[in-house]
Amino acid sequence: MLTARRLGKRYGEKRVLRRIDLEVPRGGFLVVTGPNGAGKTTLLRICAGLAQPTEGIIERGVSRGQIGFLGHDPLVYRELTALENLELYGRLYRVPECRERIGMLLERFGLWEVRHERVASYSRGMTQRLALCRVLLHGPELLVLDEPYSALDEAGAELLDAQLAELRGERTFLLATHDPAHVEPLASGRLALVA
Amino acid sequence: MTYARDVGALARKDLLLELRARDTLPAMLLFVVATFVVFHFSLPAHPSKLAASGLLWVAILFTALLGLGRAFVPEREQHVFDGLVLAPCDRSAIWLGKSLATLAFLVAAQVVALPVYALFFRPLTGPAVLGVALADLGICAVGTFLGAMAVATRARELLLPLLFLPLAIPIVVGGVGAGVADSPGRYLGFLAVYDLLFVVICWASFEYVVAE
Repeated sequence: MLTARRLGKRYGEKRVLRRIDLEVPRGGFLVVTGPNGAGKTTLLRICAGLAQPTEGIIERGVSRGQIGFLGHDPLVYRELTALENLELYGRLYRVPECRERIGMLLERFGLWEVRHERVASYSRGMTQRLALCRVLLHGPELLVLDEPYSALDEAGAELLDAQLAELRGERTFLLATHDPAHVEPLASGRLALVA
Repeated sequence: MTYARDVGALARKDLLLELRARDTLPAMLLFVVATFVVFHFSLPAHPSKLAASGLLWVAILFTALLGLGRAFVPEREQHVFDGLVLAPCDRSAIWLGKSLATLAFLVAAQVVALPVYALFFRPLTGPAVLGVALADLGICAVGTFLGAMAVATRARELLLPLLFLPLAIPIVVGGVGAGVADSPGRYLGFLAVYDLLFVVICWASFEYVVAE
């Protein structure tokens, strides 16, 4: 599903990734760990197709529309409501039966009651839940998640745990975290980056 | 049809954002009307046709620049560009949707600005209005394209005018010509060719602008 060989990335003189090899089979769950500045976010952005490596090759067994990416930013418009944001993404990702799917996700992540409120009025945790709805909306084959537990309260983390467990084996995961113990039972592999 | 729906959804999103935030159109309106008022009091009474036409185009160009400078602000401030770029739709739909929304703001500003111009200076002829309409297309197509390029840089506020104004010179030549020439057809044709050329170039190359 996802293969990288001797992957490297430089920003000018600064090298942020050096000779990374990874292979995630279909249905695999790779946990990426490492200290701040080790290049986790850069690696995930390359894997999602948002950045190009300066060295090495990467092969994704999926098209752009089959990738779900959760980064440090929720990638939603603060002046739109949760419903409007998801409808926009549903349109762009050609999600069939979009309304039903949005309703199901908002219900699951506890945002149904506030679906008509602007995201600007949401707490950080609620925004993160909405970001997760956005990532899952089109049923991606490859999920690239960068610190998905950040800002989530206990209930939110439990919801995410349940969602990950449900999709484990069906979808392919690449997940970066500072708390690998949390996803240890789900992991099929681990990549530890060093600064 | 799918492409048109994508463009429609993206343009609708920008109009909705402006309706909520109201930070682009009011600024454009205030700027263009204030510019005419300043020119009205600073120029001698009854300026020549050429001078009046020139100040109309200065006002139009800088009003457009104000709107273009804010076109990608929501995407930049809220870091949403990644989300749009990852979507499987044709990436040129992002440019076209944004161009249409910017065009809507510019036209809305001109609906107020052109009568104010006519009141302060001289009535606008049919070819002059047609020239403005054709110029709007080129301004929004080129300006939105350059705005997407500039938004990724640190000196974006500086870069956009530096890139845009040289490319807008043909628009001013065509626009002024359409307003003052005895046979404006040549200038209107020139504006139409400019629009066609740059719309095709921007549409075809936007993919490379949004790539890292």
